Parts: sequence; structure tokens; C-alpha cells
Amino acid sequence: MMQFMLLFSRQGKIRLQKWYAAFPDKVKKKIMRELTTLILSRQSKMCSFLEWKDLKIVYKRYASLHFCCAIEQDDNELLYLEIIHRYVELLDKYFGSVCELDIIFNFEKAYFILDELLIGGEIQETSKKSILKALAAQDLLQEEEAIEGALRDIGLV
Amino acid sequence: MMPAVRGDGMRGLAVFISDIRNCKSKEAEIKRINKELANIRSKFKGDKTLDGYQKKKYVCKLLFIFLLGHDIDFGHMEAVNLLSSNKYTEKQIGYLFISVLVDSTSDLMKLIIQSIKNDLSSRNPVHVNLALQCIANIGSKEMADSFGNEIPKLLVSGDTMDTVKQSAALCLLRLFRTQPDVIPSGEWTSRIIHLLNDQHMGVVTAACSLIDALVKRNPDEYKGCISLAVSRLSRIVTASYTDLQDYTYYFVPAPWLSVKLLRLLQNYPPPDDPGVKGRLNECLETILNKAQEPPKSKKVQHSNAKNSVLFEAISLIIHSDSEPNLLVRACNQLGSFLSHRETNLRYLALESMCLLATSELSHEAVKKHQETVINALKTERDVSVRQRAVDLLYAMCDKTNAEEIVQEMLHYLETADYSIREEMVLKVAILAEKYAADYTWYVDVILNLIRIAGDYVSEEVWYRVIQIVVNREDVQGYAAKTVFEALQAPACHENMVKVGGYILGEFGNLIAGDARSTPIIQFRLLHSKFHLCSPMTRALLLSTYVKFINLFSEIKGDIQEVLKADTNIRSADAELQQRASEYLNLSRMVSQDVLATVLEEMPPFPERESSILAKLKKNPWRQGDTEHKESKMPPAIMNHTNDIKGGVAADDILDFKASAPIPDRQGDQNILHDVFSSISNGPQAAHLPSTSHVDNLNKFVCKNNGVLFENDIIQIGIKAEFRQNLGRLGIFYGNKTTMPLQGFSTQISCSGSLALKLMVQAKPVDPVIEAGAQIQQLVNVESIDDFKEHPGLVVTFMYSAVQQRLDLKLPVTLNKFFEPTEMNSESFFSRWKILSTPSQESQHIFKATKPMDPEATANKLTGFGMQLLPNIDPNPDNFVCAGIIHSRNQQVGCLLRLEPNKQAQMYRLTIRASKDTVAGSLLELLYPEF
Repeated sequence: MMQFMLLFSRQGKIRLQKWYAAFPDKVKKKIMRELTTLILSRQSKMCSFLEWKDLKIVYKRYASLHFCCAIEQDDNELLYLEIIHRYVELLDKYFGSVCELDIIFNFEKAYFILDELLIGGEIQETSKKSILKALAAQDLLQEEEAIEGALRDIGLV
Repeated sequence: MMPAVRGDGMRGLAVFISDIRNCKSKEAEIKRINKELANIRSKFKGDKTLDGYQKKKYVCKLLFIFLLGHDIDFGHMEAVNLLSSNKYTEKQIGYLFISVLVDSTSDLMKLIIQSIKNDLSSRNPVHVNLALQCIANIGSKEMADSFGNEIPKLLVSGDTMDTVKQSAALCLLRLFRTQPDVIPSGEWTSRIIHLLNDQHMGVVTAACSLIDALVKRNPDEYKGCISLAVSRLSRIVTASYTDLQDYTYYFVPAPWLSVKLLRLLQNYPPPDDPGVKGRLNECLETILNKAQEPPKSKKVQHSNAKNSVLFEAISLIIHSDSEPNLLVRACNQLGSFLSHRETNLRYLALESMCLLATSELSHEAVKKHQETVINALKTERDVSVRQRAVDLLYAMCDKTNAEEIVQEMLHYLETADYSIREEMVLKVAILAEKYAADYTWYVDVILNLIRIAGDYVSEEVWYRVIQIVVNREDVQGYAAKTVFEALQAPACHENMVKVGGYILGEFGNLIAGDARSTPIIQFRLLHSKFHLCSPMTRALLLSTYVKFINLFSEIKGDIQEVLKADTNIRSADAELQQRASEYLNLSRMVSQDVLATVLEEMPPFPERESSILAKLKKNPWRQGDTEHKESKMPPAIMNHTNDIKGGVAADDILDFKASAPIPDRQGDQNILHDVFSSISNGPQAAHLPSTSHVDNLNKFVCKNNGVLFENDIIQIGIKAEFRQNLGRLGIFYGNKTTMPLQGFSTQISCSGSLALKLMVQAKPVDPVIEAGAQIQQLVNVESIDDFKEHPGLVVTFMYSAVQQRLDLKLPVTLNKFFEPTEMNSESFFSRWKILSTPSQESQHIFKATKPMDPEATANKLTGFGMQLLPNIDPNPDNFVCAGIIHSRNQQVGCLLRLEPNKQAQMYRLTIRASKDTVAGSLLELLYPEF
């Protein structure tokens, strides 16, 4: 089970944090500080897995963003590396060549996409098509609601 | 620059984010944020009611501010309001805020739960999914109580849409982790298992995670999943990559589901049904075969996905540990990864091979890769990979390759990363001792350790080398010569001075005949280091010097000069001053005979074992039978002072001075009441012990003090202390009558095979117990080997001119020799896995006979002697413990798991131990306690 996922920039700024296990706020801050420092200090050819306390850390850098997740001892490192990749693919497809700015300005979408992929730290759906379909359906609802709102504003509904 | 915002776009939010990004300094950013917070606060407090869109926008801004690292203390109510909006986007932001910023203890939880309830019963599946996601995010007990009934229904109902089923399965899993009884056993079991047959791969994947957790709680009940999982797996591994459409990931069919299924099967031993077993083996072979095929894509995703399945299959093969052919193939496959260009694969291969090395069936195959692993140690650029290589070398070491592996590890130690040096030193020390065919080699290795990594050589390591040298005559001369040579290095580590000082003080005479190491040369060499050393080492050297006076009377004068020097006899350090003046007086006053007696060579240390192992907590099970350990060897040198003072050399193991005082034998009745204040038994029939004494005997399983037996005449109480493989019992015999008990005698014995496994020595007792008085008998026990029976205690005495005889048993049980062991979940589970042969495990499922109170259970387990390890078991209601049982011949690592099922009022107790039959003996002792 994934314990948490963090996205952070090369400057160590957190862009997204998702906690699947309960940690007190103080501990969360400490974990984010420690892990960003640790991972940013590692060289590029190094291994993507780290032993960290009693967890395993799996991380990978995509352009300017580091994606990092903490998993349990029994979990399969390579597969979580591919969960990260699947998430990146989804972001990329959804935003169209995603960049760090997309995630900053549309952070809520980044969360929604992650929620389609994982629930409670476990993989929910691996099919890219299914997830994109679900996201498209959400956006459609959003557009309909926006149009309805606009029509109401000008007194047409 | 502002990128396009998707969907309806909250323009105000985008502007705010741009503002923040444009801030030139941290101060400016904080100013801008505070301005925004004030604005939002006033909007929320203002009279004008905000519409949904505005609320959504402000809540979103608060979220953004939170993600920048600022604390948010308002807006929760507005977020909760959004939940009841009929607009999906508003609802969605409300839920997001709650999942990120509301914790399960919030006052708003009642409102939130109400909104979730509404959404859960919505006909719109996207609303249901939002609600399920939120439950899974918060996952509190309250949530489990509120939705525990609904969600299982949603999961198995035929009307539920697939996407909702997926969310429901994982939501249920989360609640199950919080509160295991959300899924009642029985009715749901078969329906949940059959989700493995579902048409929709996404549903199967999600359900598989849930089933895995359920199986861990109750493997027997979910046994049915084995064959379903095997056939599902078989269908996937034989599928072509086009069959599974979008569930094929970079040409690998359903890697996520495959791994989940392979993990699920690791909860069980290999299938009993030959058909299922054959099918599973075919799957595993197919996976191994595919690893040989040329890649279908050059992308790393392809090889990662393919290898994730391969590694999981290998895990299952290692877990089953029953198919030599598969184990060897797995080993060869991992071997080829050891020199793969992908660092990740090398890391994982080293890690998996560590497990293979512990299986007898594959240990030899792993050894073939020794050279590659040594090479990894030398050439890997990443310390985490090198660490894995060290672990593997340690795991693959046996007597055939020990010399080479130790040599390589020593070599690596010279340049090793600081972070892993201490652990490496311990590993080298353990291997050197364990596989020493010749103790001169062992001495060389340890001295090399001190030379190369002196700072990382802990006391345990250098105490141990001294212990071994003192106990082995054949190595003493060699050790003296070697330390003498080592000390000649211009700069040598203080630990070397300590070892050198001790060994020359004992055995310097063995090399004194050589003109290069005459007494005076030895003395000057040691003393040349004296001034650079800490007081503790100086104190040790002073003892060496006084021993030299005895060994070599010709240099007495030189040594007396040193003792007399102001820096010693007037040292500010009390210990140094005391030693210098006492040793000086000793050398002046007493005859050579007395001197020779006082300063006689140290007697051999009792053969107890290395405390190094205790330090290397990471791997205490790997050491095998020859390893023992002790908690704290007395700093041996201090015994000299005691000797000289005429005191008794303290044997700390048997000296329980710090423990609870045992009442004096003149104790009056008050003490009787004190000690036995817990007496509640009413008077019993005199003469013979009624059956009640048996119950009392069992009361001692989880505690050490109490009443063992009581009738109208006599009360027998026990106070016991155990440490390592030794124990001391105080037995208190209290006369409850107004007459003296005459002809009192006791006989303590170990009958039959117990005599070989347990040593018991009892002090004699007074033949009379006065009226109302109490006497005490001390009994020392030592565990030699694991045992099952109790030692017998026969008490005879005359009361009213009638001979009385009590046949009792002493509460000395195997668990008394437990040493609690701390460990993290990683090491727990890796050991649990290692101890997986049927003879190492014992399991019992039984009805609770006492109220199922978690606190009482925890106390009992601690009293049993094991370390309770919280937060290891994914299910917080379960108990997990670890401990090491000490005996003279061996130490046995034991792991325990106790799973209460409150609803059924049942327990399942599983114990695994590194020695056969021990688990069974412990189980028999423990389970009646619950």
C-alpha cells in the first residue's frame, strides 16, 4: 500500500502531497523536508529505490518535477515506479504535454486525476482509456454546469 | 505567463496564483497571502451570501495557500457546505478540501458523514464515487461505523457499475484496516472471493487488494481464493498482449493484476491440490521463460513492468521454497540481473538474492555469484546498492567462503561510507567468529577491524576478542605477538591499545623470551600510548602494569615509577588515583606469593556468547546455532580491582543486586503479607495439594511473582528473575499455623530428559519454620537447551506429628528465557518469511476464555517475555511480538502474531521460531492465557 505521494520541484517546493496513511501535521512537514533534501542530493544515475525508516521510497524525475512515493516492505518497487509513470502519462494526456506550471495552476485537477488512479493507497484502475474517459465525463459535467450558470446569470433559464 | 486553465476555470484563482509566482521575495509572498486570507475571511463572514461558485473559488484559494506550506484555520464550514451542492464541480472541490484539510476528529464530521450518506445513495455514479473516495481518504472509525453496512452491499450487488465497484472495494479495504470487523465473516466471503472472476479487469485488480488483506486476517476462510487466483493468473500469463487491450501496459499483459495475484498467493503454502499446484508452477515457468525472450519494446516501462512480474514470481518461488528447479532458475535469472546496466535491476536482484541465500535449496546456487557481488561492492556508485551487496555477502557466507568474503569486506571497509561502517564491522566480526576454523585468523580479522575502522568497533567487539583469547590457550601466544606488532604502528587506535594492554597483561610472558619483545620493551611500548589515551584506557593500562609486576619482577622499579608519577597517583580522576595508589602499595607490601595469587591469570570466561549479535539486530536469526550472546559482559578489567580489594569478582549475570530486594529470612508476618498481598485463595483442605495448585502453576506463565501453592498450613510463594539463559528464584515458605513446622525439607529436581536441558541448583533450607514465620530458599537455574517440562518441587514437613508431602512443580518455563527484541516492520516481515517451514510454525485457533481486553492481552504478551511491536501489523487489533530465547547451547528467534476476532470471540495465535518444536512448546504455554 502506498503511504503517501509527493511531487516537488528541483528547488524542493512541494507541488502536490497526498497522504494515504494518517500522519500528524508535524510529521508530514518533517517527512517532506527530509525526503526532498535526500532525493535532490542524489545523482541521476542512481537507483530509484531507497530504504527509508521502515518504508521503501520509489522516486523518479520527470523534467523539472520529482515524483516520489513511499511504499511498504512487501510492495513491488518496479510496479510503483510504473504507477508514477502511468500518473505522468495521464497528466500529460489530460493537459497535453504537461509541464510544472499546469500542475501549479490546476492543482485540483492533479488531485482528481490521482484519485482516479489510486484510492486509499491502492491501485484502482490501470487502464489509461478508462481513466481519461472518467476525467472527460467530469469535465463535461463541469462545462454543462458552467453554461447553465452563465445562462442563469443572463436570465435565460 | 499563465497556462490555459482547463474547464470552467476559476479566473480569480489563476490570477492569485500568478500573483504569488510573481512575488520577488518570501516577504512579498507572505504579504500577498495575508491580504488574500483577510479578503477570504471577510467574504466568509460578510452579510452577503456567497453563491456556490464563489465559495468554491475561495475554498480552492485556501487549498492553494495550504499547499504552499501555510496553516489554514478557517473555511472548513464553507467546504462542508459545498458538499451539499448539486453541482458536481462544487461538490468535488468540497470533497478535495475535506480530504486534504479535515482530520477525522473534526467537529464537522457529523455533517460530513450526512453529506456522504446522501451522495452514496445518489443515482449518479460520479457522486457515489466522490463519496467513496472521501470515505477512503478519511477512513476513520466513525466512517467505518456509519458505512460499514452499506459498502459491502455496494461491492457485491449486481446493479453496481464497475467503476463504483472498484472504488467500493478499495474503500472497504481502507475501512477494514481501521476496523477489521466491518467485514463480517461468513456470508460475504464467497461473494468477495468470486470478484476474482469478474469480467472487468479493473474490478479484479481492486478486489485483489481487498482479498489480500482479508486473507491475512483469516487465511482459512478465504482459502477458496487460491484456485481462482491461479486460474486468473494463468489466463493472464498465457494471454497475448493484444488480448487484454488497455490492461496491457507496454506489451505486458496486466502487470498490476499479475503482481497482486502473485502476492495474494504468498499468503499460503504451495497449493495442496496437485492440479492447481501444477498450473501455478506452469505460470511461474512461463514468467521465467518470458524473461528470456527478446524485449518487445526498448522502453524502460516495458522492462520494468515485465520485471515487476518476474520479481514477484521469484518472491513466490522463494516463499514456497519447495521447487528446487524453480529456485535455481530464479537464482540464475537474478544472477543475470546482477550485471545489468539498469541500477534498479541490480539493486532488486541483490535484494531478492538475499532471500534465496537463506533457503537451503538455493544457497549453493547463490554462492556461484560471489565474484559478481564482490565486484558490486567495489564498483557500484550508489551507496544503497553497495549496502545491498554487503547484505547479500553476509547472507551467502558459510565456512567454505568465509575467508574470502571477510577479506573483501575488510578491504571495502577501508573506503566504505560512514553510514554503513558500524553495521559492517559487526557483520565482519560475526562472520569471523562464526566461521573461524582457526582462531589466529579470527584474531587477525578483529585486529584488522580495529586498525581499519577503530572508531566503529564497539565495546562488544573488542570484549569478545579478549574473551575468546582468554578462553583459548592455543591462540594466546599468537595474540600476544600480533597485538605487540600492531601496537608498533606510530598511530594506533585507542581500541587497539585496550586490546593490546589487556592481552599483554595476561599473556605478555608468552613472547617475553624474544629479544624484540622483552618485558621492558613491551612495557615501554604500551606506556608510549598512555598519554594519548582516555582515563578509561589508562585505568586498563595501569592494571596491565600491575600484572607486569607479577609476570616480570625485573621491571617492577620502572612500573613503580609510573604508578608514583603525579599524573597517576595524584590524578584528578578518582579511578586512576585509586588504582595507582592501590597497585603501588600492593607492589610494595605483599610477598611475591600473594602478588601471584592476586594477579593470577584471568580464569576462562564462562562460555556464553557474543553480544555482538545482539547489536546486529537486523539479522539475529541468521546466525544459526553456534551463536549466543549476552547482554553486557562486565568490563573485565574492573574485576582486577575487585580482586585486589579482596572483593568478589562480580558476576553480573547472577548478581541481581539491582532487582527487587528479596525479603530477609527473619521476615516476620508482615513480610508474609507483603509478599503475598495478592492472596485471595481461601483456606484449602490441608495435607495434599488440591488440584488448585495446577492452576496456580499456570498463572506464572506471564508473570514471575505470586503464590504458587496455599493450603491451611503453608503458603508457598515465588519471586523470580530471569536474564539471558539464567534465572534465580526466591521460594518463600510461609507457616500459616500457630505451631512450628518441623523436619522441613525440599527437593528440587529435573527428571528424565529435562535434566539435560535445565540445570537447577537450590540452596539448603532451615529444617524448622516457626509459627507464623517465613523462610526463603534461593534457586539458580540455567537453561541448557529448549525444554517442555517443569522442574519438580517436593516439600515435606511434620505438622501435628503428621508427615506432610506436597508434590509441586516450579514455574520455570521456556518463555522465561526470552529476551524481548525490538525490530521494525521490515525486519519483522522478512524474518517471518524466512521462518516459513511447517516445523517452524505453530498455530492454534481457539475460543477466548477470558474477556477480550486489548490492554490485558498486551500485558500478558509482555509478561510472556516478548517485545510487543506496535504498528507492525496492518490490522491495529492484532498483536505482533518478537523475542529471542536464550539457552546455553543456542538462541532461538521467535515471532508471534495474535489475531483476536471479537465478534466470534476467537483468537488465532501463530508462533514461528528458528528452531523446530520451539514454536509448539511456546504455543502450548501461551494460548490458555487468553
